[in-house]
Formats: sequence, C-alpha cells, structure tokens
Amino acid sequence: MSFWTYFHKWGSPRWFYQFSGRLMPWLAIPAVVLLLGGFAWGLAFVPPDFKQGNSFRIIYLHVPASAVAMGAYMLMATAGAIHLIWRMKLAAMVMKSVAPVGAALTFLALLTGAVWGKPTWGTYWVWDARITSVLILFFLYLGILALQQAFENQEAAAKACAVLAIVGAVNIPIIYWSVEWWYSLHQPASIKFVGESTIHSSMLRPLIATLTGMYCFLGWMVLLNTRNEILYRERNTRWVKDVLTGAGS
Amino acid sequence: MYFESFAALISMEGHGPYVWFSYGVGIVVLASLLVAARRRRAQLEQMLKAAARREQQQNKAAVTGER
Repeated sequence: MSFWTYFHKWGSPRWFYQFSGRLMPWLAIPAVVLLLGGFAWGLAFVPPDFKQGNSFRIIYLHVPASAVAMGAYMLMATAGAIHLIWRMKLAAMVMKSVAPVGAALTFLALLTGAVWGKPTWGTYWVWDARITSVLILFFLYLGILALQQAFENQEAAAKACAVLAIVGAVNIPIIYWSVEWWYSLHQPASIKFVGESTIHSSMLRPLIATLTGMYCFLGWMVLLNTRNEILYRERNTRWVKDVLTGAGS
Repeated sequence: MYFESFAALISMEGHGPYVWFSYGVGIVVLASLLVAARRRRAQLEQMLKAAARREQQQNKAAVTGER
C-alpha cells in the first residue's frame, strides 16, 4: 500500500474507530499495570535519595506527568497542523481529545512539583524558568479548551485551536532546555538522551515503568475521547447506528 | 520492601504527607479522566439509541399514515 492509501485510511473515522477498538487493550493494560506497579515500586521498594530523603519518591509521578504533558502538547500541535494542511477531520478530533488530558497532566506536574519542593527545598513555588514555562503550558491547554467552547461553528473552532496549538509549541523546547539555560532551583534532567544518566539504575527502573505507563495512559485516553467524538460527529451515519445497536463492532 | 514497618512506610521520616498527598491527587486525577470518557460514551450511547428509536417510530407512523 502506498503512503497515500494509508493516509486516506487513517483519515477515515470509521476505520479509525474499528482499528482503535482493537488497539485499546494494548494501551489500557500496560497503562494500569505499569503505573500502579511502578508507583508501588517507587513508593515502597526503592531506597530513598541520599540528599533529598523520601520526598524524591514523588519523581515517579512528577516526571511522567511532566514529560507526557509535553509529549501530549506535541501530539496536539501535530494533529492541529495536519488538520490545517490537509483538512483532515480526524486530526481535529484527535487535537480536541488531547487537550483535557494534557491539561490534567500539566496540573499534576505543577502540583506534584510544588509538593515535592516544600520538604526538599523549603518552598512550594519559585518563578524560575522551568516552573514558569510549565505554567504557561498549563494556560495554553486551558486556552485551547476555552477556545473550543467559544465557537458555535465546529470547523472555525478547530482552525483557531490548531493555530494556537502550533504557535504555542514554541514553548516546548523552552521548557525542555530551561533547566540548562537558566540554572536555578529546578534540577536538570536525570535521564539524558545523550550521555550517561545521573540516576542510579535501582531508582531508574521504576521511573521507566511509570513513564512508559503514562504514555500508554495518554494513548488510551486520547483513543477513548476520539472514539466518543467520532460517534458524536458521525451519529447520523449507518455504521454508527449499527455499532450502537450491536450489529457492528 | 525498603521500610521496616507499615508505619514507617506511611510516615516516610516526615515526608509521608507530601508523598502520599501527591500520589492521592495523582490517582484521583487520572481516574477522573477515565471516568469522564466512560460517562461521555454512556451518554452518547443513550442519546443515539433514543434517536434511533424515535426514527423507527416515525417510520412506523409514516407507513401506517399512508394506508
């Protein structure tokens, strides 16, 4: 099959609905197992950090929430771009489905960071580059959610959200490198793409588990939300009626 | 387990409240995303099934009306 055949297939809400139904268990099961297992592992079995003590255990929630919040934003901006360029309706549905999940994860990243900060560095909040840029990420998500509600016309809403999502994407590399550019209270990344990680392997393994689990969770939630959106928008088609009366899957 | 007792796991040498609060909120937020998606699905199913029933009744009425 050529690229364009795939492209048209992926653009078909009906095909996506059926495909995602088969894909979902492969995201849902790892998400639940890796997140709950990784949390228990990090909370009870890993030794404490020699400097921070036990507060460091928040890392197993804080880092996955932060990383996946950023990943979700890139997914949302990419879907927005695909919608703008190729007018793919499915991409607009994916974009809309990512926003609430990304907002919730960014909220968790900020909250767990603040709660980690208090016993470890003596403060809930500082206006440093990393924390401020993540706060901006949270406002971008809220902005997109609000913008969606502001339009009567679905297509106009999707276009406006796509533009905001794409423009806001400039914030993502700023978040990523903020800890290198402006060194302050927030510690630099412990896991590095290039070079050796500065975290002991006994502490790293549960983190990889929860990080993977959180990506699966994002995928799972985006599929659930997108499927709902498909059912709503295609509610007058024969195939949706068949799905709901049990004639199809 | 790293901790010597259940009480030590809960208190975490004073950091317990911070750690457990974070994970408590985390689980609630993640679970509510799942619950919201499921609720929306149930709501859609109800709405679309009701619409299908109405359509059927209208079709019936149209058929009997013609006779």
